[in-house]
Amino acid sequence: MISRRNKKLAFLLAMMLVLSIFAGCGGQAGEEEPGGETATIPVGINVELSGAVASYGSNARDGAVLAIEEINAAGGVLGKQLEGLQRDCKSIADEAMSVSAALVGENIVAQIGPLTSGNVAGSTPIMMENKIPLIAPAATAANVTVDEKTGETRGYIFRVCFIDPFQGTLMAQFAAENLEAKTAAIYGDTSSDYAKGLAAYFKETFTEMGGTIVAEEGFVKGDRDFNATLTKIKGSNPDFIYVPGYYEEVAPLIKQARELGITAPIGGGDGWDSPDMISVAGAEALNNTFFTNHYSSQDTDPKVVDFVEAFKAKYNKEPDSFAALGYDCVQLLVQAITEANSTDPQKITDALANIKDFQGVTGKMTIDEQHNPVKAGVIIEFKDGSQTVNTRIQP
Amino acid sequence: MLEFLQQMINGLSLGAIYALIALGYTMVYGIIKLINFAHGDIMMVGAYVGFFSITLLGTDIVVAMLAAMIFCAILGVIMEKVAYRPLRNSTRIAALITAIGLSLFLEYITVVILGPTQKVFPASAFPVKAYNIAGLSILNKQVFVFVSAVLLMVILQYIIKRTKTGKAMRAVSLDREAAVLMGISVDRTISITFAIGSALAAAAGVMIGVYYQTINPLMGIIPGLKAFVAAVLGGIGLVPGAMVGGFVMGLLETLVMGYGNSLYRDAVAFGVLIIILLIRPTGLFGKNTGEKV
Repeated sequence: MISRRNKKLAFLLAMMLVLSIFAGCGGQAGEEEPGGETATIPVGINVELSGAVASYGSNARDGAVLAIEEINAAGGVLGKQLEGLQRDCKSIADEAMSVSAALVGENIVAQIGPLTSGNVAGSTPIMMENKIPLIAPAATAANVTVDEKTGETRGYIFRVCFIDPFQGTLMAQFAAENLEAKTAAIYGDTSSDYAKGLAAYFKETFTEMGGTIVAEEGFVKGDRDFNATLTKIKGSNPDFIYVPGYYEEVAPLIKQARELGITAPIGGGDGWDSPDMISVAGAEALNNTFFTNHYSSQDTDPKVVDFVEAFKAKYNKEPDSFAALGYDCVQLLVQAITEANSTDPQKITDALANIKDFQGVTGKMTIDEQHNPVKAGVIIEFKDGSQTVNTRIQP
Repeated sequence: MLEFLQQMINGLSLGAIYALIALGYTMVYGIIKLINFAHGDIMMVGAYVGFFSITLLGTDIVVAMLAAMIFCAILGVIMEKVAYRPLRNSTRIAALITAIGLSLFLEYITVVILGPTQKVFPASAFPVKAYNIAGLSILNKQVFVFVSAVLLMVILQYIIKRTKTGKAMRAVSLDREAAVLMGISVDRTISITFAIGSALAAAAGVMIGVYYQTINPLMGIIPGLKAFVAAVLGGIGLVPGAMVGGFVMGLLETLVMGYGNSLYRDAVAFGVLIIILLIRPTGLFGKNTGEKV
């Protein structure tokens, strides 16, 4: 397995070398002008446009494209126009890696995406190797920006979302304090790093606050039948059920739970945020369910209102948090380019690491030493088929 | 006890779906000794036909199911004519590889035409009601899946045992050359087998759509694989074996998830398969007939 991976890596690196030679010949995006300066600033958008989490990727792309258009209409950055290079990583980590390799060959100054932690991990080695910053919109696993073995921050990887510990901790606090739950069951996706991270920190915080975990179960990506495990969970009668996972599995899971007569509140993370939740599970089943998120389009903050209006005008749909995070990625990058006063990837990286009080659509953020933003989160509740902000938590 | 009965209900509705898909596998294998790996994907096509029949034409669930069955029966016959018939006398591995190719073809042609994202079966097509009988929760869709699966299996059993077509199918399965000499049209019989098998898969596809509400182009892979295991478990080529194998798989998975650890579901299910095949290589219902000459 390991040797096969290495071979693949070696092949990709070789391919990159070849690509970079061609890139030098010009004709690619970011064409050289006589002065050695590029006419546009190419920004790679490497997101999931097809596959399991296509809805996350395409929404983030829409947000990023909107931001690029707004900035270009206002005169661009450092007098140059941004150029978004959209690529599909097909929701596959290996594909994210080869897409990044191709984008590096097109002289990008930074890459936005992919969305899931696993796919960002696929893209990471290429970005680190080429010393080009990657800004992840929604990769919430702790190890995305920090190497868990050495504890070192990955120098070129940034994100605009809060991390898993925060989502799990937040929901545990909410369950224990706001919902007054004494016992909880965890039934999460065990085939994703994202959901496992959420589950681990939920468990830690919930037990620290005096609660008991009465059942720990798991499902894997692609599962559609949860009746057996839900029947078992029903038997242990928990006050709260934590279901970290993605909407494709979570929606039928919640529906089946309600059909079996489980009335306990159910909570999860931002992987729940998709219109498919309501069309699959139905408004009634979703009552009394909550999830942690980065943003809500119902927010009355003027910056959010402006963003929602512009997004609706362009795409004729409501922006979800992935769209907002994609938008913030571009805005953050622009701020970094402005502060660095350069399009050199290394200088942009240095500026990104020192961003303070950047006002994004998803809240005010400061990038910490581990390249994570310190920012607020919201608890969103499904009420009769629509998302409402239940409460807001400031770190 | 109550929880156990609830688990049995969960297991039986899951098993009914596996059994329906397994029947198609086993019928085709019984007659031409081909493992039709595209079978799970026919099920997927059936689910999509049902979906469009409900959303675009506004039909009810029974009509949607019939439409899917007819469409897939025709698709199955065409598939056999185009892809398998020219290879009937070549090696078995060639036919197997064609089947895998066909499976990938069906999956990705659907991705290209209909897009890779999941489609949601409209809830109004089958309003779900829960019946509470002595603390047990039984859903009308579980009853629907179970009853229609059993009904289709009874009809199939009748066709195979009591009709001339069924007799021809059994004859071809037993000895193809002898069947030709007796004046049975082998081509026609094989076409009918594919039509029936594909129709059953289509019915299962629509049921999955109703039961789990979402369908996607790759939905046939895992249920197809598990149904194949169910068919082998019962003794591939044997119709009663496929039915029992399907139910055994469904109940086994449910029991492991309900009483063991949900993560060991597939490991235990496939482990049992290995043990059964070690003890009875021909499956639960298989007879050890030895090689036919």
